[in-house]
Amino acid sequence: MTFIAELLIAIFLIVSGIFGFVGSFGMIKLNDPMSRLHAPTKATTLGVGGVLLASITHSVLLEGKLSLHELLITLFLFLTAPITALFIAKWHIHRHELPSDLPDAGEDELWATHAVEQVEDVPDHSAN
Amino acid sequence: MIEYAIYFAFACFGAAIMMCLWRIITADGVGTRVLALDTMVINTIALMILYGLSKGTEIFFEAAMIIAMLGFVSTVAYARFMLRGNIIE
Repeated sequence: MTFIAELLIAIFLIVSGIFGFVGSFGMIKLNDPMSRLHAPTKATTLGVGGVLLASITHSVLLEGKLSLHELLITLFLFLTAPITALFIAKWHIHRHELPSDLPDAGEDELWATHAVEQVEDVPDHSAN
Repeated sequence: MIEYAIYFAFACFGAAIMMCLWRIITADGVGTRVLALDTMVINTIALMILYGLSKGTEIFFEAAMIIAMLGFVSTVAYARFMLRGNIIE
């Protein structure tokens, strides 16, 4: 029984290590900034999730006590990773896309990122 | 067996942090830098939980939770700065 528990924990750890490595290898492998949004999702879900599953399995099967506060970290990461990706995609639309290059916005005139009113005293960030 | 699996995961996440650092240095835009920094924070969370697992202590879960929250807040602050030019309007 102890051998099976240790095997399960080792499998979770190895899977999480491989996916964490792949998630960051995609950061240097992919060439396009919007393609790079795809890579860290692996590191978030299966990388950190595998480590947390290994920790839960360790405390339940080997130490004999139920520990669920690892799930808080998983829940927090699953909630915040799409928000981060949305902000970076909005930055790309804001800085690198013209309204004429994007597909039709339907019944609105412009997409929401372009449809902000121009403010006078915005500092110059053209280097971005 | 768990010991060697933990060493393997340590090596993988350490190499992942080095690759994110390389992408921060050689990025072609500020959005890529923010994305690489966010990935570094995620890898750091995994490393801290792995360290707590190898030492047999539970005190690193709270630290990992705080790192996760700080990483999210800093990424949102960077994104606000990239989009609007200032953070608190």
